[in-house]
Amino acid sequence: MIPASFEYRRASDLDDATRLLRELGPEAKVLAGGHSLIPLMRLRLAQPTALVDLGRVPGLDGVRVDGDRLRVGALTRHAQLAASPVVRGALPLLAAMAAEVGDLQVRARGTIGGVIAHADPAGDYPTLALMLDAEIVTTRTTHAAADFFQHIFTTPLEADEVIREIAFPVAPGPHRYVKFRRRRCDWAIVGVAAQRLDGGWRLGLTNCGPTPLRARAAEAALAQGESAAGAGARAADGLTPPSDLRASADYRCHLARVLTQRALEEATA
Amino acid sequence: MGERVTMTINGMSHEDEVEPRTLLVHHLRETVGLTGTHVGCDTSQCGACTVLLDGDAVKSCTVLAVQADGAAITTIEGMARGDELHPLQQAFWDEHGLQCGYCTPGFIMTAAKLLSDNPNPTDDEIKIGLEGNLCRCTGYVNILKAVRTASRRMLSGSTAASASARSSE
Repeated sequence: MIPASFEYRRASDLDDATRLLRELGPEAKVLAGGHSLIPLMRLRLAQPTALVDLGRVPGLDGVRVDGDRLRVGALTRHAQLAASPVVRGALPLLAAMAAEVGDLQVRARGTIGGVIAHADPAGDYPTLALMLDAEIVTTRTTHAAADFFQHIFTTPLEADEVIREIAFPVAPGPHRYVKFRRRRCDWAIVGVAAQRLDGGWRLGLTNCGPTPLRARAAEAALAQGESAAGAGARAADGLTPPSDLRASADYRCHLARVLTQRALEEATA
Repeated sequence: MGERVTMTINGMSHEDEVEPRTLLVHHLRETVGLTGTHVGCDTSQCGACTVLLDGDAVKSCTVLAVQADGAAITTIEGMARGDELHPLQQAFWDEHGLQCGYCTPGFIMTAAKLLSDNPNPTDDEIKIGLEGNLCRCTGYVNILKAVRTASRRMLSGSTAASASARSSE
């Protein structure tokens, strides 16, 4: 399967990328690692008229701690995140998530900015960004994660807007991401992330709705002194997950409850 | 329409004109003529098309040739030194790590990356390292054995011994 024809332009920097996107119009797409976009183009589910390749834009990858923030360049690849001593020290949950994205070959190419921009509800980093109130810094503005994941594959990014970096809070405390899937390299059927932050727990749910979600009832239960089991019992409150080939809505709710308890127990073990 | 791309493929420089939509795997097979890299699933699942791109194992069905402009590529054809098979190739032979062989080039290229990062992996590390490659014949047991054998031989530098063992079979 071969993608439909498109015009290819390589951006030299982000200003150039913005200029090219304006010139090429709203059907142009940004190419980073290509590991969501190219498969869609091969199946012709996406047929952009042009691609603006960010692959050679200098300074768009890499991570740094800036006060109480971990700033992650949009072009940073999964394998870099998983191996980075900076990430492992400042936000080990991000390194752990990155180590379990796809397989070895996918981790060599896919980027965090690509995953965030793609906004697949089965993506792992959107869950982390949402639950930790991360900021998505773009060429136009800074978006709060809570406003960014609007619906399945839907974000407020304008046609000429490019993600520069994602700013997470530094959070080296107890954490765990439990990703339930049939094979290790699959997407999560349901994923639950737990992170201790500012004296409380943040709980995020992957693939339980059209966007990543927070298990707020379970977070509140923990704040009132509930156990992991007690919090787990509340993890599916208000949840209306999709049914698909892999899991029914009821089963997803069950998984959200069980995996929340498990994530909390393993985070504090 | 066409884009000029230059790649160093198995140590040789190749300059060609490609359509932007040309996938790296098709460039390697159809333009450069290196058909050892296979197209399996065409959906980024099976890993049969794995090559090394600047040292990283990548699925060449999910990389545009234009993205690889300026890169160094190694394919299965670049693994042997003359008549001497790469230790991974030799170990797949010795341990019967293949039946139909369709997935084998991809497995060998992924395993090459795995062993370059981690020369002495545990069985679990090999299984996790190879999770992006599918084999429909072998049940994976002999593939695991082959990578373990290659690892051992590469660490002890004993590929010459294995080559002479083969010639006596």
